[in-house]
Amino acid sequence: MSVIYIMWLRQVKKYFRSRSRIIGSLGQPLLFLLAFGFGFGSIYKRAGAGNYMQFLAPGIVLMSVLFTAIFSGIDLIWDRQFGFLKETMVAPVSRLQIMFGKTLGGATVATVQGIIVFVMTLLVGFRPQNLYMLPAGLMVVFLVALLFTSLGIALASTMEDMQGFQLIINFLVMPTFFLSGALFPLEGAPKALDIVATLDPLTYGVDGLRYSFLYSATTFGMATDFTVLIVLTVALLGVGSYFFERIQA
Amino acid sequence: MRTETPDVIEKETNLSLNIDHANIIMVSNLVKKFGELVAVDDISFEVKRGETFAFLGPNGAGKSTTIKMLTTLLHPTSGKIILNGHDPVHDKDGVRKSLGIVFQDPSLDEDLTVLENMQFHAVCYNVRKDIRAKRIEELLKFVELWDRREDMVKTFSGGMKRRLEIARGLLHHPTILFLDEPTLGLDPQTRNHMWSYVKEINKKENMTVFFTTHYMEEADRVADRIAIIDHGKIIATGTSNELKSRTNSETLEDAFLNLTGHKIREEEASSLDRLRRMGQLWRGRRR
Repeated sequence: MSVIYIMWLRQVKKYFRSRSRIIGSLGQPLLFLLAFGFGFGSIYKRAGAGNYMQFLAPGIVLMSVLFTAIFSGIDLIWDRQFGFLKETMVAPVSRLQIMFGKTLGGATVATVQGIIVFVMTLLVGFRPQNLYMLPAGLMVVFLVALLFTSLGIALASTMEDMQGFQLIINFLVMPTFFLSGALFPLEGAPKALDIVATLDPLTYGVDGLRYSFLYSATTFGMATDFTVLIVLTVALLGVGSYFFERIQA
Repeated sequence: MRTETPDVIEKETNLSLNIDHANIIMVSNLVKKFGELVAVDDISFEVKRGETFAFLGPNGAGKSTTIKMLTTLLHPTSGKIILNGHDPVHDKDGVRKSLGIVFQDPSLDEDLTVLENMQFHAVCYNVRKDIRAKRIEELLKFVELWDRREDMVKTFSGGMKRRLEIARGLLHHPTILFLDEPTLGLDPQTRNHMWSYVKEINKKENMTVFFTTHYMEEADRVADRIAIIDHGKIIATGTSNELKSRTNSETLEDAFLNLTGHKIREEEASSLDRLRRMGQLWRGRRR
């Protein structure tokens, strides 16, 4: 237990210490909010679909969660590079505890990042309809964070170095975000896109968060969203620990 | 760990028949292959409890690979290892509890402070809370980093990091201390200081010390017994004097050269070395 805690604490401490990184990672969501939110806002309204900022904000919150979570997982490669991984690998503690501590730490960090971006969306005009659903929203954010941190760790465990990093960004993280329905409604989208979106785990996160904030806007229903997220998170934690256990420093 | 007598240890592991009071490390017919390359080629040796044992060899001879197998970081291709009564393949945690390791490459978390690095280690090795603070203070004072305890490790020079790693490796009072080129990059003052401290614990607590080095005079001075490995095979073992007289050499360095030849060895940069260089670029850009 204490090992999980110390791994978690390490992750969280390092996050709060790198202020430049926190501020830096707010730039991208802010840009999306301003450029897309205000840029497409009027067209969206003219199409009779309502307020685009209301639609966009949950997606942008999860975008920052997605990126932070994947990076916190992939952080493992730096641990390996700077040798710290070896210190944990020769310690008489189970790999599972190390991996869980790191995953929880990464997920916490990503959740905090999501909350910061949520506050930012309030500043640019986003208004959640019902505040009492915020805890459900927080749950969605944390699940998404957990899911993608585990994925990051699973990927990092199989990577020797950072060569594959660009590949992950361009072929995994970006598509996961753009095809999730974070930016546009899936209703009325071409069939192929709809199918791809159904296969994208983030779609369920976006759907769940949008429902928590706005009540009316759900495609799958909260139960489906939570089930998919929980099942996938558990599966990825399993995959992550499988690969993590096999690391030979 | 520190006050355990051999009986206590035996009681703990009375199910295993591996216990040997004299030999704390037993290696027999150990082989490690990486594809075609045979890095460690059928080696066997023993290290006695309480002994200071030097493991010498040119670059790429198989030293680090052997240490990685002894410390549970690598699976042997074949052969048997018993450390403090435990087998690193099947009873990893048993072995890990017995070991303190100072790696050849840095293994500190640079974004944490000195104290945080020590505390992390104390938690991982289950050092009791009531003795934790005192022991950390004592060790940090010894390596003269106590005044810098709140500083981030990334602000430290190579020598300071090494000192911290040594302090950390001793924190849980290991039964066997592995030192992989521990004095690389240390000035003579620190080097002497370190060895006198290690020798003191070695005597006081009967801690076994297993180390590698490229400084032959160091091995000559500190080691009770020496093994020389080359091309994955152990080519000689014995005390420094035995090795010298066997090769008719004045110094251990000559004995070493007589045994291993004068040819300079090439070691290929691993992907890890390349990664490290890349990481420096990356970090440089981030900060």
